[in-house]
Amino acid sequence: MADPETVLAMLATAIATLLTCSLLAAAFHRFTLGFVYPMCLSAALAALSADLIALLSGIDVGVSFPIGLPTIGLHFRVDALSAFFGLVVNIGIAAAALYGFGLDQKRELSPRVEPFFAAFAAAMNLVLVADDAFGFLFAWELMSVTSWALVIADHRSAEARHAAHVYLVMAAIGTMALLFAFGGMAGPAGGYAFASIRATHLSPLIAGLVLVAALVGAGSKAGIVPVHVWLPLAHPAAPSHVSALMSGVMTKVAVYGFIRIVFDLLGAPTLWSSMIVLVLGGASALMGVLYALMQHDLKRLLAYHTVENIGIIFIGLGLALAFDADGMRSLAALALTAALFHVFNHSLFKGLLFLGSGAVLHATGERDMEKMGGLIHRMPMTAVAFLIGCVAISALPPLNGFVSEWLTFQAILKSPELPQLGLRVLVPTIGAVLALSAALAAACFVKVFGVSFLGRARSEAAMMAHEVGRPALAAMFALSALCLASGLLPGAVIDALAPANRLLIGARVPVQLSLPWLSVVPIPESHSSYNGLLLAMFIVMSAALAGFVIHRLASRGLRRAPAWDCGFPDPSPETQYTASSFAQPIRRVFATSVFSARETVEMPPPGSLETARMSVRLTDHIWQALYVQPAGMVVAAAGRLNALQFLTIRRYLILMFIALIVLMLITAIFE
Amino acid sequence: MSDALLSFIGQGCQMLLVLLVAPAVTGLTRLVKARLMRRKGPPLLQVYSDLIKLVRKEAVVADSASWLFRVAPYLIFALTWVAASLVPTFATGLLFSWTGDVIVIIALLGSARFFLALAGMDVGTSFGGIGSSREMMIATLAEPAMLLVVLNMALAAGTTQLPEVAKYFIAAPLAIRVSLALALVALVIVALAENARIPVDNPATHLELTMVHEAMVLEYSGRHLAMIEAASQLKLVLYISLIASLFLPFGIMPVTAGPLAWATAGLAWLAKLAGAAIILGVWELSIAKMRVFRVSEFLGGAFIFAFLAILLSFLTQEVLR
Repeated sequence: MADPETVLAMLATAIATLLTCSLLAAAFHRFTLGFVYPMCLSAALAALSADLIALLSGIDVGVSFPIGLPTIGLHFRVDALSAFFGLVVNIGIAAAALYGFGLDQKRELSPRVEPFFAAFAAAMNLVLVADDAFGFLFAWELMSVTSWALVIADHRSAEARHAAHVYLVMAAIGTMALLFAFGGMAGPAGGYAFASIRATHLSPLIAGLVLVAALVGAGSKAGIVPVHVWLPLAHPAAPSHVSALMSGVMTKVAVYGFIRIVFDLLGAPTLWSSMIVLVLGGASALMGVLYALMQHDLKRLLAYHTVENIGIIFIGLGLALAFDADGMRSLAALALTAALFHVFNHSLFKGLLFLGSGAVLHATGERDMEKMGGLIHRMPMTAVAFLIGCVAISALPPLNGFVSEWLTFQAILKSPELPQLGLRVLVPTIGAVLALSAALAAACFVKVFGVSFLGRARSEAAMMAHEVGRPALAAMFALSALCLASGLLPGAVIDALAPANRLLIGARVPVQLSLPWLSVVPIPESHSSYNGLLLAMFIVMSAALAGFVIHRLASRGLRRAPAWDCGFPDPSPETQYTASSFAQPIRRVFATSVFSARETVEMPPPGSLETARMSVRLTDHIWQALYVQPAGMVVAAAGRLNALQFLTIRRYLILMFIALIVLMLITAIFE
Repeated sequence: MSDALLSFIGQGCQMLLVLLVAPAVTGLTRLVKARLMRRKGPPLLQVYSDLIKLVRKEAVVADSASWLFRVAPYLIFALTWVAASLVPTFATGLLFSWTGDVIVIIALLGSARFFLALAGMDVGTSFGGIGSSREMMIATLAEPAMLLVVLNMALAAGTTQLPEVAKYFIAAPLAIRVSLALALVALVIVALAENARIPVDNPATHLELTMVHEAMVLEYSGRHLAMIEAASQLKLVLYISLIASLFLPFGIMPVTAGPLAWATAGLAWLAKLAGAAIILGVWELSIAKMRVFRVSEFLGGAFIFAFLAILLSFLTQEVLR
């Protein structure tokens, strides 16, 4: 059954279907409306099963075509790493396509969304199977361009246009960095197939430059600080099921690109590269969640959380690099497993949460949490699915988000065995940062769920909200079920990740599914264990027992009454805590230094009936220092150079002559 | 009796014992505080009577509350109870002690707090919001400090599985370790914050803007309130047992030692609980409550202590090499 050719054929058919769908939808959108999402769903399911078969049966198969660029050709390959990421990507595509079934009232946007949706899905699958630099970059660019088109689908909104502009600039910079990375790795001989890149041996300087270029190129697409700036603008601007794809899945394709370059193509890792990755990961985790806490736009908050989760993934990757560089293979495999597990988890719960936010947007027309409230009464099913996503992303047991963070902590707790004092001090610091960001994430999602779904409705729209259609609910509950399943049976996921570990590290985490009671013991000699299934059973049983005993033996009477609120209940929903007021203590503790948060209170003079106002000003230092100022400098330089447009032909000739001389001098020096 | 049966019975005993003893610990603290204030104070059994009375009353639920408000108390109670049954109290090697390590215990308490904070926001009153918001702020400061303490233990014992750590510290040669002392200070600070004790929060107040925990549960009544009270009493026992199993592990027996040994171990555990309750009472009377925004400095101190402890143990390792 595990026939490599069948797997390749299934994948090829799926990708071809997606591309055909896209072309047909672009050409005849009047006829294809309503067909694109079902086709995408079936293609994604086919690709999903192919990837699952490839991952479980350890298929490693390549195929080459003598087309494409001369001397390079066109190579594709499915190995354990691309099969795992294919699994992640296609689950996300399937859920987003299922959600797309129910989109009716946005019909006027559909011709702008559907063709690019299918092409975007195909491009992400292509990135994963590309086996040469040219194919990889081509698919990567296709992914960027199609997602850019999806961001600007609602081109009448100024916000979307701004987001698309920033995205385009950042995507261009990222691809340029990747070009340099592949150029550096291929060397002057220029073997651009991944197999010949693997065979080249790089000097430490080149390897270092490639790492930096990969961090800029793949990192900017994934959203690590400080190249994350486009992400919180672009992800929310797209339609919600596309946001789910971009945040849940495209960032994972970027992580795949980073892993492929750094773990697979680049050769043996160095210590300082692990330190860079660790520090960037820690910075992304902490900054991402702090940014998120300051938001009250639901979709933007979720997008900033992606930055946090990508940070957690990079912490795992950095640990894997550190252990690998010191030859501690099994611990490196543990750290890499933690990172890949978090990749899987994040794609599930972030997809779920974005689909949930889409449902809320659909029901209320609002993205601003300050105008929501009480949605749990009007949208009970969405509320349940969204709550599961919130618990999972907050890394709370017994759901899946906890397992991957627990595995990361297990790897961090082993850091004392590293021989370098610098790393031994750095890693616990990163561990503290990870703990801090996990706790902040929990606070953030109490805010999200508490303000938007609980309490009383803050606006007419929230009061009139209605439940979304069946396909959207099905998509959300499918993702919730996967969150639950991978939280309760983490051993199955860990075991499924073993081939990818063996491919990249040459070691694996011990087999988990054969342990008694389905426990997870990642490091046998330290005995630290976790059993999600038993834990969940215990929790449910004790809660049920307590409820049963009390209802049976004591009282079951229940009376509805007005809220108590210390005797002075205020009927106005304005008196509830808002998203901003919920975050205020945390803002005072953390953001005063990080974002230079300043609160100004304007009190009217005594006796005046004017309203008092309080405003908060936050400064995004990264945006100011790294983007606004350089952009200003570029504009100023362009202004200066503008003068060159109006020269006489004589001066142009002189300029060309000087340029020629300078170039000749340079070649003479380097000869 | 076979070992498996013993460990099963031991697990059951522990789950029942923590449940039965928890109200008494809270009661003892209250009694000590009352006596120090030269009041007579409620009898030790008062807390039990309160719980029984609450359970038998009808629950009054606000009109705007959702199902989450009614489910949360049972869930919070269950999460705390399960966490408490994973901490070694009198015996190690209980049947389900490997269901989770100390990180899991912290995270279970985190889940309980998550639902408590949500329940506080469910009715849509300003008191509930203020409590939830501050509780989460305190948690964000306490959790990293707690994790660093865990890291410290893992550094010494090589595991995060609490029974294994306890076994290690029972067997370890008795020596004063500066790093562990720092970790103890950090853990105690975190425990005070997590249990809403003075100076972080005041468990005895009502109608004050400074309150945290009590503001969150303001809307609860009847059996729901009883569940939440029981959960916070369990949490206090959990933290005392946790500190005791790490820093005063004497008396803890392997579960295979048999019921007679359990009895002596249980007495030792009860003595530790009583001692901690008395110290807590004295401490709460001898210090004033802080302003909310001073809490960040207090818990920041815990964080620094825990971090220093780790650095110290690294340096001593380096020197010993």
